[in-house]
Amino acid sequence: MIDFAFFVEIIPTLLSGLPLTLQLAGSSIAIGFVLALLLALARQGNHWMLVRPIRSFVAVFRGTPLLVQIFLIYYGLGQFRPSLQAAGLWWLFREPYWCAIIALSLNTAAYGSEILRGAIQAVPRGLIEAASALGMSRFLTLRLVVLPLALRQAIPSYSNEIILMIKGTSLASIITLMEVTGIAQGLISQTYRAVEVFVAAGAIYLTINFTIISALNALETWLTPYRVRA
Amino acid sequence: MMDTLHILSLGKGGWGGALLLAAGVTFALSVLGFLLGAVFGAVAAGGRLSTRALPSWLAKGYGTVFRGVPDLLTIYLLYYGGSIALTQLGKFFGGAGFIGLPAFATGVLAIGIISGAYQAEVYRGAYLAVDLGQFEACKALGLSRFQSLRLVIVPQLMRHALPGLGNVWQLVLKDSALISVIGLVELMRQAQIGAGSMREPFVFYIAAGTLYFLIAAVTGSVFRYGEARAWRGIVHA
Repeated sequence: MIDFAFFVEIIPTLLSGLPLTLQLAGSSIAIGFVLALLLALARQGNHWMLVRPIRSFVAVFRGTPLLVQIFLIYYGLGQFRPSLQAAGLWWLFREPYWCAIIALSLNTAAYGSEILRGAIQAVPRGLIEAASALGMSRFLTLRLVVLPLALRQAIPSYSNEIILMIKGTSLASIITLMEVTGIAQGLISQTYRAVEVFVAAGAIYLTINFTIISALNALETWLTPYRVRA
Repeated sequence: MMDTLHILSLGKGGWGGALLLAAGVTFALSVLGFLLGAVFGAVAAGGRLSTRALPSWLAKGYGTVFRGVPDLLTIYLLYYGGSIALTQLGKFFGGAGFIGLPAFATGVLAIGIISGAYQAEVYRGAYLAVDLGQFEACKALGLSRFQSLRLVIVPQLMRHALPGLGNVWQLVLKDSALISVIGLVELMRQAQIGAGSMREPFVFYIAAGTLYFLIAAVTGSVFRYGEARAWRGIVHA
């Protein structure tokens, strides 16, 4: 019933797309995290010149489909080729690879900034007051008190966001990037064996997700030793 | 600027009407998919809450797979898998050639399966949030299991479920754009068609994005209203 020979045949083909999937996910999660942190910190300032544009950015990227964002950046900006060439940015927007990374990074930055904003606000006020009573500067308080606590607090929500990004990289196949899902689609239309290909490709994604979730759970446990002993 | 307005106008030669119609398809697709997902989600939540091993295990597997695998992959599975099965059935009855599954129905099914996996978690959490005393009261009143669910538990559970369901709904609305890959002319696909034939991708994708944003904003306020109504007269933290 189950054709193991077929699995043995397709798994290496699917795995050949894994480096691209991981590259897209890794770059956009890293870039997105840095952007998210900057946005979350900028919003703490409560200055309307900063807060309003950030709020609109977040609303736009959370309120529209990722596919629209990818198409807008890849096909939409292609319409402004002369201006982009003049600005020396055409090499970036010409490549589906970079367009996918830009779209995924901006998307996860929008979601991530909300997660980090909540986590920063959840740091008890008393700790910040204690830091200033000790004469710490605002930067030192941020580095030694607020960020370590906020980042630890954000791990569970942020791991959800990371999983969403892993899944999001599959959309890059629609702008011709042959990552795991793109290869899977090719295999299905060649072999007409949708279920087997789905199972094999799905197993690859589930393995990635499981690894990430376990690693982040371990990180959280390691950072909260007192909760484990209790 | 005038060009843009003309392209998106509702009149002759404008694409406004087509885009609005396609937004209607997106909305219908999302609503039906979400409702189907509510059925799958409720069944799966029941499975997760069951004390028996098999239903609980099956429901857990369903949630893990469809929340962990890219939605695009699930859509391909259903579309190609369904079409291949249909083609083989066609051959059996003497037909020839590839039979494609209807895109709208496949889209509803795909969104139903994917959103059901998310809704199951919402319903499960909401069920566990209902006060235990309510279950005991049902028993004291001699209500059957079905009666106590229908009359007591589900109405209260929905209160806790609404915020989570609102999130899933937003996810569904944005996911519906992926159904464009199997050729259903919903908002995303219509924008692609317009972008291709007018050679103005920027305008069309901005327009599509705006329409998605508006649908999300309006339906979001419906959920907020529902939440306020569900909690009326109840003091809670």
